[in-house]
Formats: sequence, C-alpha cells, structure tokens
Amino acid sequence: MLYNEPSPLETRILSRRFGMEDSASLETYLTTDGYKAFLKAREMKPEQIVDEVKASALRGRGGAGFPTGLKWSFVPRTSPKPKYIIVNADESEPGTCKDRLLMEYDPHQMIEGILIASLAVDAHAGYIYIRGEYRYLIEHMNRAIADAYAKGYLGKNVAGTGWNFDLHTHSGAGAYECGEETALLDSLEGKRGVPRMKPPFPAVAGAWACPTLLNNVETYSAIPFIIREGAKAFAELGTPKNGGTRLVCISGHVNKPGVYELPLGFNMIKAIEEVAGGIPHGRKLKAVVPGGSSCPLLRAEECDIPMDYDTLSKLGSMLGSGGMVVMDETTDMVKVALRIMRFYAHESCGWCIPCREGTTWLRKILQRMVEGNGRREDVALLGELSKNMLGRTFCALGDAAAMPTISIVDKFAEDFEKYIVPEAVLV
Amino acid sequence: MTFSSELEQRFAKMLACYPPGKQRSAVVPMLIYAQDEVGAVTPELIDEVAKRCGVEPLQVDEVVGYYSMLHREKLGTYHVQVCTNISCMLVGGEELYEHARKKLGIGNKEVSADGQFSLEEVECMGACSWAPAVEINYDFHHFVTPEKLDKLIEDLRKKQ
Repeated sequence: MLYNEPSPLETRILSRRFGMEDSASLETYLTTDGYKAFLKAREMKPEQIVDEVKASALRGRGGAGFPTGLKWSFVPRTSPKPKYIIVNADESEPGTCKDRLLMEYDPHQMIEGILIASLAVDAHAGYIYIRGEYRYLIEHMNRAIADAYAKGYLGKNVAGTGWNFDLHTHSGAGAYECGEETALLDSLEGKRGVPRMKPPFPAVAGAWACPTLLNNVETYSAIPFIIREGAKAFAELGTPKNGGTRLVCISGHVNKPGVYELPLGFNMIKAIEEVAGGIPHGRKLKAVVPGGSSCPLLRAEECDIPMDYDTLSKLGSMLGSGGMVVMDETTDMVKVALRIMRFYAHESCGWCIPCREGTTWLRKILQRMVEGNGRREDVALLGELSKNMLGRTFCALGDAAAMPTISIVDKFAEDFEKYIVPEAVLV
Repeated sequence: MTFSSELEQRFAKMLACYPPGKQRSAVVPMLIYAQDEVGAVTPELIDEVAKRCGVEPLQVDEVVGYYSMLHREKLGTYHVQVCTNISCMLVGGEELYEHARKKLGIGNKEVSADGQFSLEEVECMGACSWAPAVEINYDFHHFVTPEKLDKLIEDLRKKQ
C-alpha cells in the first residue's frame, strides 16, 4: 500500500515501480529494465559514465544541489587506496520523507545506481548509512542486499561481468548532524558525528581517510535511468542546469499531503493547488518552506515560481532536500521560528561556538517572546544574532539554523508585533 | 557478556563488514542493537562493545552521550515517540504530544511506574507528509489523532 495516492500530474521516473506488486523484489526489478543500465555502464569507460552523469544535469538531492557528475569527477579513481561508495540515507531534514520510499519500494534501483557509481570511481565496497529511526528499512535493505548477493547482483562477479562489489548497511542512532557528509563519515567510523575541516574533501580523504563518493539515496536512484535512457532524456525532463525530476515531499496545510515526483521547474503554486489538493478550509497561503527547514521561507506572493535550484537561489532561498512545508494564513510565524530553533539547538553538536551558543540563545529569546516577555529590541536582536552565525561554523548547521530565522524576522515582522509587551522582563 | 545467538550472528557479520583494522566502525550499530536486547546502554555493555570493537571504554562512552537514540536508563517496554517538529506541529503534533502525556501520565523521557511505557517528544523522523507521526519502538504510525493514539496505547496495554 502506498503512503499517499499518486497524482496524475507526476512524472514518474524514479517512482515508476511504486505501487507495483512486489515492487521491492529483485524479480520485479529485473522484469522492468533492472540492471540494463549496469550492463551498459560496464561497457563504458569510467570517464564516459562520469561525463554522462555530468551531461544529465543531475544535482545532489540531499540538499546542497551540487552537480553530481562534477562530484564524481573529484574522486581520484587511480589512487592506490581503496575507494568507497557511501549512501547518505540519514534523511533527517525536517519536512523530508522521500528516501524512505525509494528504499522501501525500489531498493534495487538504488543498488544498481551504487554499482554504476562504483564502476565510475573504481570502488569495490559501499555502505548505506541509514538513520536509526528507520530500523524497518535497515532490515528491508538487508533483505534486498542478501537477495542481490544470492542471485549474483552483488559480491563477486556482479551480473556475470567480472566486477566485484560488496554492499552493507550501517545504522545511525539519532543525530541530525550525521546527515552532513563529514559528520556522517565520523559517525561511520564509530565516533561522535562531528563535522570535519574541509579540505580535504571526502572525495580525496573520506571514509577511513580513503577516497570516498558520498551521495544521497535519491541521487543514486536516478543513475540507472540516466545511463539506460541517456543523459539527454533525463536533462530534458527538467530545466537547463536542473536535470530530471525529484521527489517533492509536500506537508503542512494541504488537503493531500504526500510525496510526489515532479520535474525540476514545476510551478510551486501548481504543486500546492493541483498536486497537493490546495489548502484546507478555503484558507489563504501564508508561507512555504521550499526544501526542508534549513531553507529561508518564502512569503505567499513569492511562490509563483518554477521549482529549480537556480530560481530558488535567486530568491535567496534553496531547493534543499525537497521537503516543502506549506503554511496557511492562520500560522503563527513566531511559533514556527521557535520550533525550528528548538530543533537546531537540540541538534547542534556543540563543536563550533557560534552555532552552539547562537542556536541556544535564539531559542531562549524566541521562547521568552512566546511566553509573554517579548521586547521591541528582541526582533532586531534575533536578526543580528542569526546574521553573526552565518559562515562562522565548520559545517552548514549554523547557517541552517540562521537562514530560516533571518527570513522569518525579515519577511514576517508583523507576526512579532503581538509578542512585544512594554512591561517585558528578562528572565 | 553474551547476547542471543541471533544478535551474536549479527555482530559477527557487522564486525566483518568494515575494512580490516576498522572495527571501531561497529560501535554505533552494535550499541543500538545491543540496547534493544539489554534494555539500556549499561556500563557493562559499554565495556563489552569496547572490547569487541578494539577501543577504550571511554571511546564508547563518549559516543553514547552524543546519539539521542542511545539511552543509559531503561526505557519502557513500549517507547512512544511523538514528533512535534514543524510538519507535525502544523497539523496537531504538539496537541498530540500533550494528549500522550496525559494519557500515559508521564512527561518527556519518563517511564511509567509499571515500566510498560516511556514517552519522548522527538525531532523529525521522516514522516512529514503523513503527519502527525508517532513511532512506537520501531513501528511508524501516520496521520495519528488523539483517538488513534488512545487505541494504540490501549491495544498495547492489553498485550501485557
């Protein structure tokens, strides 16, 4: 059973097997083009695979939107060290719930994507880092992996091509920070998930100080289509420099929340109104989190836009991880800001002081305002504090906490008015 | 310390899956799976994991403090985790959490007197489009209403 009804407006490329009988089985996968892409890639030179991924205009689906082919080209494939493939399945960005479906309904699509990546960077082992809360998916992936081993699609002589590749799952244990790639690597190595100084980038010195290719579940899942149907076919689904489709997770105030596969460049208002069934009770749109809670929020009047990385970037926001949170006119943006900050303060690993102290103080100030002790100068203080966190931390968590806060303070100043009281006391 | 044969098998496989000499990598997965069987991350468990992964107990201990799913105290038989993060909050997650508090008569990270239930207000667990969401142990429940939560809890009580 699917978690939500599909929409006729979807372009189902990565999710084409969702809803099929036994969609997660290797048999279903093999009868629906499974492993054609791997066999094709086996005949290609590694550079050709990388070039194909570059030409597809696929950009990282974890959040940063970095061009995938370019990332692949950074891995020194001729290095004498072992190379590793890591899958970031730590899906933790608030608003995001798509990787779950890709692993649950079509685990072999991701496995094939991983195998193609292994050809491109000459890796022979890979690890899928899955967040601890997704225990059922760890077991589910273990079964899919075991089946692939049993039938010759993992291990020695993959699909009879002489290629060797081992794949394993690895459980996280509850830490948003481990979705950041270098923190994930420390976690994989059995340590606290604290981000590393970059450079060196993981491509050069990642897992166990070896060259490492690290991508999101959805990114790997897009690879089989790109190789099988060609880069052009994928690129053309989207807009220039924004190839393909992506799984958009629509949540919040909509009639039909769900995960829908939409081409890059799909209009945001259309996604809310037509794909997700509009806002309940005839209410008006107030704000949208475009791609997970780290992204600056958009006001309703900013939302009539194509959803692609560059348009969102021009608006000072991000397409992020595909987690789109819709808020209607009744939403109290100060409470939203507080909830977002409670999250970041909880998840800050404490390594960098601007993040550790910044998130904590932003949370305290917002909490005090909501509790009835807001001062007029607090609004400016929230903005100033946030802006001072930007770019001053090892990883993006500090920025991720600051950016939505800045956008709420700047764009929804009127929401703060009712929390400003002349007799406010600092407690 | 010994574990069930199923878990021993899992651990043997786990230790073998990392590159030679990198068995420290098994620390986090080993802790979380062992916690499920032992009930909590006890000092003995820390020593045991350290021994098996070839690290100092302190190196395991510092890891325990970092990950929110690792607990030094025993949780209830059923650990009820209610998400109140933004997507859930917009559709009643906070009210659902308050309801759970009253229903179970315990607060955040507390265990009921009979040891049957524990409660935790959790951060986003990846069920945003089917919110509000609750995870009981490792089972997800979507579109949870107070009535639905009552039924889930009552059914678990009957299982005792």
